[in-house]
Amino acid sequence: MPVTRSEALELRSAADVVSVRQAVRTWAIEAGFSLVDQTKMVTAASEIARNTINYGGGGMATLELINDGSRRGLRVVFEDKGPGISDIQQAMTDHYTTGNGLGLGLGGAKRLVNEFHLSSRVGEGTRVVITRWK
Amino acid sequence: MDRIPILKLRDLLLVTIQVDMHDRLAMQLQDELTARISETGARGVLIDISSLDIVDSFIGRMIANTAAMARVLDAETVLVGMQPAVAITLVELGLTLPGVRTALNVEKGMALLESATGQAEDLPDTDAGHTE
Repeated sequence: MPVTRSEALELRSAADVVSVRQAVRTWAIEAGFSLVDQTKMVTAASEIARNTINYGGGGMATLELINDGSRRGLRVVFEDKGPGISDIQQAMTDHYTTGNGLGLGLGGAKRLVNEFHLSSRVGEGTRVVITRWK
Repeated sequence: MDRIPILKLRDLLLVTIQVDMHDRLAMQLQDELTARISETGARGVLIDISSLDIVDSFIGRMIANTAAMARVLDAETVLVGMQPAVAITLVELGLTLPGVRTALNVEKGMALLESATGQAEDLPDTDAGHTE
């Protein structure tokens, strides 16, 4: 799928989550998203970015403006080299948490986007891709 | 270091969140609000989030925890000014903030707090004690 533009942001600290939220907002506006769609995408990105830091030990978020020929979209790829997730199904379950969160992050983020893909290898890291179309 | 100001008005505490809070700042606000309720004996807390363009699960949890802690300290919390897009997203995320009172704006929130904390003395007393 053609990527019109991309930008990689580092995720190390709580302040970086705010930077990702702001970048996703700017790009969602550029992609022509409605206010509600912008808010959903920014909120989903915030949830996953926090996971990348808290559970993955930090990593990268790559924003991509994409175009499949008929529509524009925004994709954000989160990657870390953390411990990985051994039971993805369990991690996706609402209210399941290994930390001190509400356990709504992954499942909640999935509901806020059009496409959600999570892949993880124990000991190697986790990759989450979220996409929303205009 | 950023800090979110907490204003005291009679026995209410007012907070207007105007910055995009990172997680530590949100936790700091929760701790400071709880400490101020205890120090001042405030009976109500009004949190204005009309400037917030997102509330994710972390901020939502901070708000719900603050309300729960305030209740234990004998204070009511009202959350005001949530933007419609934020409300739609929050519910879809799975966060419905049970136990948190809400009002559309500061004025309505103040009225709610004043009636909840028994500050409505200047209102005309209409037949207290009389039941239909």
